[in-house]
Amino acid sequence: MINLKSLHKSYKTGATSLHVLKGINLDIEKGELVAIMGSSGSGKSTLLNILGMLDVADEGSYYLDDVLIENLNEKKAAKYRNLFLGFVFQSFNLINYKNALENVALPLYYQGMSRKERQKQAMEYLDSVSLKPWATHLPSELSGGQKQRVAIARAMASKPKVLLADEPTGALDSTTSYEIMGLIQKINNEGKTILVVTHEDDIAKMCKRIVKLKDGVIVEDKKIKQIIVK
Amino acid sequence: MFSRDSWQEIFETIRKNKLRTILSGFTVALGIFIFVILSGFGNGLQNTFKEFFVDDATNVLRIFPGRTSKPYKGFKAKRRIELENSDIEAIKINFPLFLEYITPRISRGASVKYNNKSDNYTTRAVAPSHQAAERTIITKGRFINEVDIKDKTKYAVIGRKVATDLFGGEDPMGKYLDVGKIAFKVIGVFQDAGGDNEESFIYIPYTTRQLIEKANDKVDQIIIAYKPSIGHSGAISLEKKLRLFLKKKKIIDPTDQSGIFIRNVADELKRNEDFAGVLETIVIFVAIGTLIAGIIGISNIMVFVVKERTKELGIRKALGASPKSVIAMILQESVFITLISGYFGLASGMVLLKNIGNALEEDYFIKNPYVDLSTAMISTFILIIFGAIAGYIPAKRAARIKPIIALRDE
Ligand SMILES: Nc1ncnc2c1ncn2[C@@H]1O[C@H](COP(=O)(O)OP(=O)(O)OP(=O)(O)O)[C@@H](O)[C@H]1O
Ligand SMILES: [Mg+2]
Repeated sequence: MINLKSLHKSYKTGATSLHVLKGINLDIEKGELVAIMGSSGSGKSTLLNILGMLDVADEGSYYLDDVLIENLNEKKAAKYRNLFLGFVFQSFNLINYKNALENVALPLYYQGMSRKERQKQAMEYLDSVSLKPWATHLPSELSGGQKQRVAIARAMASKPKVLLADEPTGALDSTTSYEIMGLIQKINNEGKTILVVTHEDDIAKMCKRIVKLKDGVIVEDKKIKQIIVK
Repeated sequence: MFSRDSWQEIFETIRKNKLRTILSGFTVALGIFIFVILSGFGNGLQNTFKEFFVDDATNVLRIFPGRTSKPYKGFKAKRRIELENSDIEAIKINFPLFLEYITPRISRGASVKYNNKSDNYTTRAVAPSHQAAERTIITKGRFINEVDIKDKTKYAVIGRKVATDLFGGEDPMGKYLDVGKIAFKVIGVFQDAGGDNEESFIYIPYTTRQLIEKANDKVDQIIIAYKPSIGHSGAISLEKKLRLFLKKKKIIDPTDQSGIFIRNVADELKRNEDFAGVLETIVIFVAIGTLIAGIIGISNIMVFVVKERTKELGIRKALGASPKSVIAMILQESVFITLISGYFGLASGMVLLKNIGNALEEDYFIKNPYVDLSTAMISTFILIIFGAIAGYIPAKRAARIKPIIALRDE
C-alpha cells in the first residue's frame, strides 16, 4: 500500500538547514496497523505529513497504492488527500463553528457529493463511532474523546486508502485513549491501513507493527503481538 | 464554483460567524450610508442655491438708494438719497436702446383683513412690467395695467397664499380687502415659482401707494430689465453708465461707493452657481473620502478574517479543498456580505433622505436632498469590487499556505 525509498527531508530556517529525515525505507501492506515511535524531534510528524501529502520530501520516492506521488501541485495534492487519505490529529482540528455532523460531512462536500447524500453518510459514520445523538453538537460541547471520535469519523467518511493519525491519544487520558485505540483497531479489522504516531508504549502495543525512528532513520521495525482493547 | 451547494456552505459560514459578518457588513453599510447622506445633502444645498433665482427674470438690474458716504458740492456726507418717478422717466429717455422694461417697487407691510380674518402681508406697489421681472403667473383675473397706474385705482392682485389664507374656498375675485384700513378690490390672483414666500405678496399700482402716502412720488427701488441681446458685458457697462447717470442726477460724488446701489441678478446668479459648484466639489471630495475609508475598512477586515480563518482553511485543505475553492469561498462570502450590507446602507440612506425631505430647508438650506440611484449604485459597486480585491489578496495567500503550516498555527 505504501512504499518509501530513501526518503530525505530537510527544513531550511534562514541560513541553517535541519536534516530531519535521512533516508527512510519503508513498506506497508494493505490492512496493516503500524505504530511510529521515537523521541521528540525524531521526525515522526514530518514523515506522516509527507505520507499525507501535507508536505513534500526533498529526495526519494513515495508510492501510494502503486501510484508514484511526485510533482504534486496544490490542486492535485488536495484531490489525492481527499480521495486517498484520512487524517486524525492530536489537537482534533475540528472546525469549531460546525457541528459534529457538518464536520464529518465536510470531506464529502469536497468530493462533490450532494447535500442530502453526504448528510446521510456522515450520520452513518457518526453512528459507527457511537456519536449519533451528538450530531448537532458543536465541538466546544464535546469531550476530548468525543472530539477525537468525530475526527476519526470525518477521516473515515471519505473512504480513504490509508488513515494517518498523529498522536491521536496525545491529548486524552488513558481510559479515553484506549477507547480511541479500540475504535482504531475496529476500523483496522475492517481492512483499513492505519499509521499511528505515538510516544506511548501501551498505545504502540495495540498496533500490529512498531517502527522506531531515531535521528531521522529507522532504527527498529518489528511485527508484534497485538494487544486487543476489550 | 457558484453551485447552490457552495452558496449553502457560505450561508452557513456567515450565519455561524455573526460577529465577523456584522463587523464587515456594518463597515460597508455605514460607508455607503454616509456616502448617500453626504451626496444627498450636497445636492440639497445646491437645490437651495439654485432655487433663490429660478422665480425671477435674470436679465434684471435692481437700483436701490442709500446714504452718501462723501460730501459733494456743498452736500454733507450721509445724505439720504431717494428715488422718484422722474428718475424712471429719465432712465427711459436716456437708455432706450438698452431697456426692455422698467418698473418701480414700493414695499410696505400692512394688516390685511377680509370679513373677520386678518393677517400681516407685504404689499408691493409696482408698474405693469413688474409681472415680467418677477415672472408672476396670473391664475385668475389680471395683473395691474397702465389704466390702473393712470387712474390710481384701488385694485389688488393677491398671491395664492393670501387667497387661501383669507378667503378659504371662497372666490376672492371682485371682493374687497381691507389693506391698512383702505379698501382694495381684488382683480387677480397669482402664483409664483418662488413658493409660499412669493405668494404672500399683494400687488397694487405704485401710483395708488404714492397717493396714499401724501401724494409723493418716491419709490423704494427701480427694477430694470435690459435687452438680453446686449449680453453679459453689455449689462455690466449698462450698470456702470446707469450708476454714473444717477449719481450725476442726484448730485453724488462719482467716486462715492454709497448713495446708489445696483444689483445685477445675472451676476448674483453666477456667483451663486460658482458657490454651489465649490460646494459640490467639497461634497464629492468628502463623499469619495468616505468611500475610500469604507474600502480601507473592508480591506482590513478581510485581512483579519483570513488570518482568523487560517487554521480552518488548513483543515479544509487537509480534507481536500483545492486552493481555488478556498479563494472562491472567501471571495463569495465577502462579496455577498458587501452586496447585502451595501444594499442596506444604500436603502437606509435613501429612506432617510426621503424622510428628511425639506425639513432642513429652514435652518440648514438643504432642500429636497437626493442622490440619483445610479451614483449610489455605482459607489456600492465600487465598494464591492474593492471588497473583493481586498479579500482576494489575503485569500490567495491563505490558499497557498501549506496545510501543515496552517494547522500548526495555534
Ligand atoms: N516547518 C518546520 N520548519 C523548521 N523545522 C521544523 C519544521 N517542522 C519540524 N521541524 C523540525 O524538525 C524536527 C522534526 O520535527 P517533527 O515534528 O517531525 O518531530 P516529531 O518526531 O513529530 O516530534 P514530537 O514527538 O515532538 O511531535 C524537529 O527538530 C522540528 O523542530
Ligand atoms: Mg510530532
